[in-house]
Order: sequence, then structure tokens, then C-alpha cells
Amino acid sequence: MNNLLAYIPAFPLLGFLVLSIAGRKMSKNLVALTGAGTICISAIISLVIAAGFISSPPTEGFISTSVWHWFTLSDFIVNIGLRADALSVVFIFIITFVGALIHIYSAEFMRHDEDYARFFASMNLFVCSMLLLVLADNLVLLYLGWEGVGLCSYLLIGFWFKEPTNNHAANKAFLITRIGDTAMLIGLFLIFHNLRTLNIQEILLLAPQNFSTGSSEITLIALLLLAGGMGKSAQVPLQTWLPDAMAGPSPVSALIHAATMVTAGVYLVARMNAVFALSPLAMSIVAVVGAVTLLLAGCSAMVQSDIKRILAYSTISQIGYMFLALGVGAWTAAIFHFFTHAFFKALLFLAAGVIIESLHHEHNIFRMGGLKKSMPVVFVTFLAGAAALAALPLVTAGFFSKDPILWYAFSSEKGNAWLWMTALLGAFLTAFYTTRLMIVVFWGEAKTAIGHHPGKAMIIPLIILAILSVTAGFVEWPHNMIHLTLFSDLLHQQLPEVALKPDLPAESLFQLIAALTTFAGIALGYMLYYRKTYLATSWLQSPSVAGVHNLFKSGWGFDHFYRAVFVQPFLFITRINRTDFFDRIYDGIASLNIQLNRFLSLSQNGSLRWYVVGVLAGALFIITLQLLL
Amino acid sequence: MILIWLIILQLGAGILSWLLSKRDNRLAAGIALTAVIACLLLTIQLFARFRPSFAGGGQWLMEYRADWIPAFGISFHLALDGLSLAMLLLTFFLGALAVLCSWKEIRQRAGFFYFNLLWTLAGITGVFLAIDLFLFYFFWEVMLIPMFFLIYIWGDTRRRYAAIKFFLFTQAGGLLMLLSILAMVIIHAGQAGRYSFDYADLLNTTLSPGTAKLIMGGYLLAFAIKLPVVPFHNWLPDAHGEAPTAGSLILAGLLLKTGAYGIIRFVITMFPEAAASVSWWAMLAGVIGIIYGAFLAYGQTDLKRLIAYTSVSHMGFVMLGAFSFSEMAMQGVVMQLLTHGISTGALFAIAGMLKERLHTRELGRMGGMWTTMPRMGGIAMLFTMASLGLPMLGNFIAEFFILMGAFQASVPLTVIASTGLVFAALYSLRMVQKVFLGPPSVENITFDLDARELVVLGALSVSIVLLGLFPQPVFDMITNVIRNLNHTYE
Repeated sequence: MNNLLAYIPAFPLLGFLVLSIAGRKMSKNLVALTGAGTICISAIISLVIAAGFISSPPTEGFISTSVWHWFTLSDFIVNIGLRADALSVVFIFIITFVGALIHIYSAEFMRHDEDYARFFASMNLFVCSMLLLVLADNLVLLYLGWEGVGLCSYLLIGFWFKEPTNNHAANKAFLITRIGDTAMLIGLFLIFHNLRTLNIQEILLLAPQNFSTGSSEITLIALLLLAGGMGKSAQVPLQTWLPDAMAGPSPVSALIHAATMVTAGVYLVARMNAVFALSPLAMSIVAVVGAVTLLLAGCSAMVQSDIKRILAYSTISQIGYMFLALGVGAWTAAIFHFFTHAFFKALLFLAAGVIIESLHHEHNIFRMGGLKKSMPVVFVTFLAGAAALAALPLVTAGFFSKDPILWYAFSSEKGNAWLWMTALLGAFLTAFYTTRLMIVVFWGEAKTAIGHHPGKAMIIPLIILAILSVTAGFVEWPHNMIHLTLFSDLLHQQLPEVALKPDLPAESLFQLIAALTTFAGIALGYMLYYRKTYLATSWLQSPSVAGVHNLFKSGWGFDHFYRAVFVQPFLFITRINRTDFFDRIYDGIASLNIQLNRFLSLSQNGSLRWYVVGVLAGALFIITLQLLL
Repeated sequence: MILIWLIILQLGAGILSWLLSKRDNRLAAGIALTAVIACLLLTIQLFARFRPSFAGGGQWLMEYRADWIPAFGISFHLALDGLSLAMLLLTFFLGALAVLCSWKEIRQRAGFFYFNLLWTLAGITGVFLAIDLFLFYFFWEVMLIPMFFLIYIWGDTRRRYAAIKFFLFTQAGGLLMLLSILAMVIIHAGQAGRYSFDYADLLNTTLSPGTAKLIMGGYLLAFAIKLPVVPFHNWLPDAHGEAPTAGSLILAGLLLKTGAYGIIRFVITMFPEAAASVSWWAMLAGVIGIIYGAFLAYGQTDLKRLIAYTSVSHMGFVMLGAFSFSEMAMQGVVMQLLTHGISTGALFAIAGMLKERLHTRELGRMGGMWTTMPRMGGIAMLFTMASLGLPMLGNFIAEFFILMGAFQASVPLTVIASTGLVFAALYSLRMVQKVFLGPPSVENITFDLDARELVVLGALSVSIVLLGLFPQPVFDMITNVIRNLNHTYE
């Protein structure tokens, strides 16, 4: 099993190399075969390893392999070393399995694009980098994967680079995540400064010995790592790039901006759990960041009209749940939500891609409508994904993963009523905007004629993901229902369990409230967008409602704020100093010399009288000098 | 003996190609290429031969010494250690590519062009090898004057202005260095009773702290102008911008490195206490360079000037690392010299290839080039990423080590320097967007890379990736040198 580990990222890397060097000369079928085939092989290997972990867990709890020695500086040794424990296995399973489905889907979706090979090359490189990120046994290699996924995200958001707005979106994504990445890099320096190592296991071991709980240094380290996570995972205040990132092709949104890359921050915090656990302040900040994000993004998702932007805000919001869970110490609950979210959000994005394709690139949900009859398969699968997103009780995976987060937000030692209420409000918003999306797109009358219907390669991944969106939750039941906790059993090899408060009210009460909240959200959406559609329009007439609507729609004005505070001043400085202020000084010296030259050449005017006076004056001067001294 | 051959081969080939070029331009280029590749092979052979002994005790791997002007204690003294070997590998690698880049670009007086190119390279080789200070100064001038002609004759429209500016700045620095050398020799002569320009002799001169600071100042200024350190950088954008492709490549890839090399070899080694006393200020100058260069790079509308300012920014890292007095940062500095030489060399090569096709350096007149030139687009993207410090590529290793080492010396300065990574992303992405992305314009429809260009850029691409993934051979090569340095300042 150890030997297989290195092959998981190696195959996508091979695919990338082949496609980027020879891709333009290959036939489209061969490109698709290389691009999707390599990921499928990786997925099979991952499944083998995952099955091994479940059936007969390795005795030490992990498998590892060192591919090659990267560099050594006296006692600082860094290898290209891979290490898979339960946490990594969950991630590699999602990355390769969902990745493979999305690659298969893309083989048809991107078929008519002239840059077919470039697309698959970037996608393969992405999968490779993402796998390195979650398999790295040291933070330098993790950072390599971390930046690698950022690069691929940039390349794929701006995939259709002839359109300048796409490039701006790509640049924005790269820059904002880079701000977080740089903070994280400083965190790495700080870790090395204190512990003299960047090996993850050694850090987790040494941190409790070297830092006292709550010391300012460990808090700073945790916060710097968190900043990296917030950039990648689009958490407030570094969330603004994700809605714009929807400029990329839909499979990219599904893979990178829903299922995998944007959860890298969740992985990082979970991976470094021992570091975060040492700093109660950092933990609270993680929870608050998650809570604020899930609420702000939920509000924005309610009012968007672009189907992909709705899903983007919803992704931000759902990752907010994961951060909330991490912040209250419910590590496994966060990872479980990542697990189910990957299925249903990838599904929603892929289905949205089908709809957009079929409706001649129409993104506006209010120009869709009536797709229930005309696209039944898409309708059913989308419904499964939407139900999971809204966390419909008992029948969807989303319920099983979101319910524990709500519960732990209150019941964990680090939780409190405020966090719980925020999460509950978020659940209400989620149910509402999901219902709105569903009704507006699939019910009502058709507003745009359907171009062409999707083929098998696109439909089959949808069906598989739809089945998983319903069933994936069954591996982990709430404690008070059925005693089946496969997922947390697996992860508890690696992650600590939640510490609960004493004397808690019954869990079922909380489940009941959560279920009712979900139904209330659905009911409100049904009311406003199906039964009494005039209500929403009439509310928007009032200026205060319209103001709030616009605030939500613009994503709370973060973009305007950043533009005014950071972008404009930066552009102003670079513009006024384009010609380099220091050059003026040297120009000054040069022109001074020229002036001096002009002045002195005045004396050389060819007039004999002038020269005689000069000679006499000089002689007089020297004689005077002689006499005086 | 091999060491002197490296220099003679280039000087001789230079004269030969000048003499023979009357008949054939290609012949001149061929001679130049053969000579540089022969030097490259010789150096690789040296690398293979000394690889087992890098960790060994002695200071020099090999030496060559002949009397020159015995009355003043001046000798023709060359020596090779891991650091100079690394720099020589870079010199001949980039030198060969510079010849290839000029293959079509230079049509007028090609023989004289290659003469100047080879003599510059010979001067650079000498600078990296000389350990007699008079000889060092001699080579310092040898590399300057042919470079002046390269810019002055084959440059772009403002070539005269740029060439004279380049000459004046460098010469001012050279003068200060000469004064420092002479002061040191005279003080040493006073103590030892005989004149000597030899590095090893001068190393043992005892200087009062005040004098040491003053003399060091002369060296440091000369090297700071060459590196360049803000505010002595103004010769660079003009020279890089106006020079022919090969000139820009050698300027950015090699000439700047002689400044860094001088700082390591002379400033820090000969004046450890004096250098330590100004270290914070030097690091600050480095940080200012990183940020200021990045800001300027973002504002440029001329592709070559943009790349030139990125050099200012990247060389700031060298200054920061060299004066942080940490072994780790110093390893990063040497790595930065190699990787920056490769990545910026590649960017200048690309800019030159674009100019051959579009006859412009203006960003405003480019755009959408990836559509028409996918190969060049892909490679340009690679080097853009290298320049913004993406892991997997060599530049990341260098900057990572510099920052991590400098962090031990000064946290605030390192934190500010790290923000340079964000600004690097800003100017790099802007560059790639302006040139390669966006809608293709009709006038820009042109042909993709040909075989020769593919060889140039392919070699650069492979080496930048290799340095990123397998940096250890470089570290092994210089560890001993840096350990010895460490002893001097401990």
C-alpha cells in the first residue's frame, strides 16, 4: 500500500506533462482519454487505499513514502514525502473520485473548445497539486501544493482568456489568495523559528511541549495559518474572489471552487489541529469567522440572479459552516460536511453547467424556468443536490453533516448560543435560497428555448453524484438515532473528539428546531416565488428594502471598499511614480553639469581683450596670494 | 590551468570572430557559440570532478598563479571554489543562450558584436575567478567596456543615453572600489612591509573599525550600484531596456550577479565586523528595493523596462539575505543569483523574440499573443510564475530560504519583504495579461517559436524546474563556502 501512494499524484502529473507538451498534436479523443484516464486510475488507487484503511487500518494509523530528498540545510531536512492518514484518505478519495467524475463530464462539456488539451492539462495539474497538498508530510510541500492549486485556479478561471473580464477575475482570485498565502508563509517562518522544523508530525508533537496554552506566539502562528486558509477557502474578509471566479467553465467551478480547492483551508486547520487547540483565542476566531461568513454569504446568495453566483455564495456559506465546526472543536463534523458538500455542490455546479449549455449560455435564473418537464434528468438530480444543500431531514446527506455542526455549535465546550443561532439562521437562509433557485429555474413557464440536450458522459456523473448526495450521509448517524458512526470512527484515529459541556438539553430538541427551520425556509421560498410572486416585487419598491437588496447583491460592498482603500491608492502611486522619482535626481545632476559647462564656455569667446583681462586677473591673483602668505 | 583557458578561449574566440566576420556573419556566431559551449563543457567537467570534494576542507578547489607585476605584489591569481563554480556554470549557460538569441537579431557588424559579447563574458569569468584585487579590478573593467559598446552600437532608439548612463554609474562605483583597494593595499604594506594585492594577504590586514567601515563603504557602494540597490538603480532600466536581447540577458543574468558576488566574496568576508555594523541598514535597503522595484515594475508600459524593474525587486532579496548573516539566507542568496539569472534571462529572451516579431516593446500594442503563439505563451507563463515565486520552480526555493533566514535576523523587515511576494504577483500577472491574454489583435498574428528559440527557452525552462525540484546539488556546492564565511563572522 505504501508503494501505491506516490502513484496517486504521479498519474495526474503524467497527464499534465503529456498534454502540455504534445496536447496540441493529439486527437480530441486521445486528449480526453489521457486527461480523464489518469484521474480515473488515481481514483482507483485511492479507493484501494481507502478500502484498506477501513478494512484493516495500518497499525501506526498512517502510510507514508518518501519520493525523493528535496533539500537539506544542516538539521533542516525536507523531503518530497507523502503521508496518508485517515484525514488525508478522506480528502484524496474526494479529490480523485469526484475529480474523475468531473473529468468525465468535462470530456463532453468542453468537446467543442479549441483549447481542449490546455483545459485537461490544467485540470490534471490541479488534481496533482491538490493531492500533494493533502498528502504532504511537511509544510513546505504542502505550500507547494497550496500554490499549485492557486496557479491552476488562476489558469482555469481565466481559461477563456480572450475575454478581459475573465482575466480580471483570474487575477483577482490569484491576488487575494496570495495575500492569505503570504501570511501563511510568514506563519511557516515563525514555526521554524520556534521549533526548527516544518515536518507536520514533528510540529504537532513539539507544539504542546514548546508553547503554553494561549501563549501569544502560538496564537500568532495559528492566526497566520488561518489567514492562509481564509484566502483559499474564501472566508470573510478574503471571500470576494470566489463569486467572480465563476467566470471559469462550470466543471472548474465544480471541482476547484466547490468540491476541493476551496476546502483547503478546512484541511489546513484540521491538519494543524494540535496547534489550534493550544490557542483558545484562535479557535474562537475560527468559529466567528465561520459564523460571520456563513451569514453574510447566505444573505448574498438570496438575491443573486446568476445561477453560478448563487452557488458560489452558497459555497462560501457552507465552508463557513465547516470553519464554525472547526472553531468549536468539532473536527470530524467539519470534515464530514466537507465530504457531503463535495458531492452535492459538485452536482449542483455540473447540473448548472448542463442548464447553461442547453440554454445558449444563459446564466440568469429569471430567464430560465419550466425546465422540470423539458429536462427531467437534470431536474431530478438537481433536486437531490438542492435538497442536500437545504439539509432536508433524514433523506439527504446534507442533513447528516449539517445537523452535528448545529448541535456542536451549541453543545461543545467552545460553543455558545450565539454561534448556534447564527448557524440556525444560516440554515434558514440556505433553505430559502435553495427553494428560490429550484422554483425559479424548474417551475413556471419556459423563457428560453432549449438548444441541445446533454449526452451520456455528462448525465452519468450527475446521476452518480445525485445518488451520493442522498446516501453519503448514511455512514454517520446522529448519536441519538442509530448507532452507526463509520465516518467519525475512521477520523478519530487522527482527530480528537469534541469536548461537550455538562448538563445539556436533549439533542433531539435541537434536531427538531433545525428541521423546523429548514421547513420554514422552504415554505417562505415557496410562498414568495411560487404562490405569491407579487409580494417580492412589491417589497422591492420600497427604497429601504431595495437598499438592503443591493447591499446583499454586491456582496456587502467589500469590493467597493477594497477598491477605494487598496486598489486605487496603489494604482495612484504606481502611476505618479512611473518615471521613477530617483531618476529626477540624477537628471538634476546631469543638467547641473550642463549648466556649469555652458557657464564656463562663456569665457571661451574668442575675444582677445577678454583673454588678456583673464591672464592679468590670474596673475594678479597669484601675486596677491604670494604676498599675503 | 583550466581556469586560465576558460578566459583565453573566450578572448581568443572574440578576436577570431571579429577578424573572420568580414566573410560571414554566421561564422562569427558559430565561433562564439563553439567557444562558449566549450567553456560550458569544461566547467561541467570541473563540476563532475570536484563534486565529491565539495564538502572537503580546503578553501579552493583549484588555483592558478603567475607573477604579473611583482614590484607591486600583483599576480595573475585565479582560484575556484564552489561559489565561483556555480557562477561560472550560470555564466556559460546564459552566455551560450545569449549567442543563440542574437543569431538573427544581429545583422550589422556581427563580428564586432560577438567580439564584445565574448569579451564581456571573459570579463565576467575573470571577475568570478580573480582573487588578486588588482586583477579583479582589471576584469571588472574588461566586462564593462564591451558591454558599453553592445548597448551603444546595437541598442534601441535611446541607446546612446542608456549606454553613457550605464558607463557613468558603473565607473563611479568602480572608482570607489579602486580607492578602497588601494587604501587597503597601502595599509597592508605598512603592516607587512611589502605590497600585495592578494586576497589571502589582504584578508589578514588589521584595520581599525572606523577605517574598515570606510574602506568597506567603497566596495559596498561599487557592488550596490551593480546589484543594484535603490537608489543607485537608475542605470538599470535604461540599460536593460535599450540593450539588444543578448545584452539584456547578460546584464540581468550575469552582470548584476557580479555585484552580489562581490558583496559575498569581499565585503562580508574581508570586513565582517564592519558589515555586521551596517547590516540592519543594508537589509533595509534590500527591503526598500523589493517594494520600490515592484511598484515601479507595475507602473511600466514598456515590457523590457518592466522586466528590468522586477530585477531591482528581486535583487533586493539578495541584499536582504546577504546581510542577515544567516547560513540559510546565504544559501538562498546564491540560489537566487542562479534562478534569477535564468528566469529573468528567459523573460528578456521572450521580450526579444516578441520585439523581433512585433517591432515594439510597448505593452499597449501587444495582447492576445497566447492565441497565436501557444508555445511561447505557455513558456512565458512558466517564467511569470517563476518570477512571482511559485513553488516547484527555483526562485521559490531561493526566496523561501532568504526570507526564512532573514526572519531570524529581523522579523519586521522580513515581514515587509514578504509582502513583496504579493506585489510580485501583481506586476507578473499584469505583464502576462497585457502581452499574452485578452483578445488577439489582427496585427499581432505571427508565427510561434522556431526550433532555435525552442532550444533557448526549453533549456531555460528545464533548468528552472530542475533547480526547483532538485536544489540540493547547488546547496552542496556552496555549503562549504558559506560555512567558511560563517566562521569569519562568528
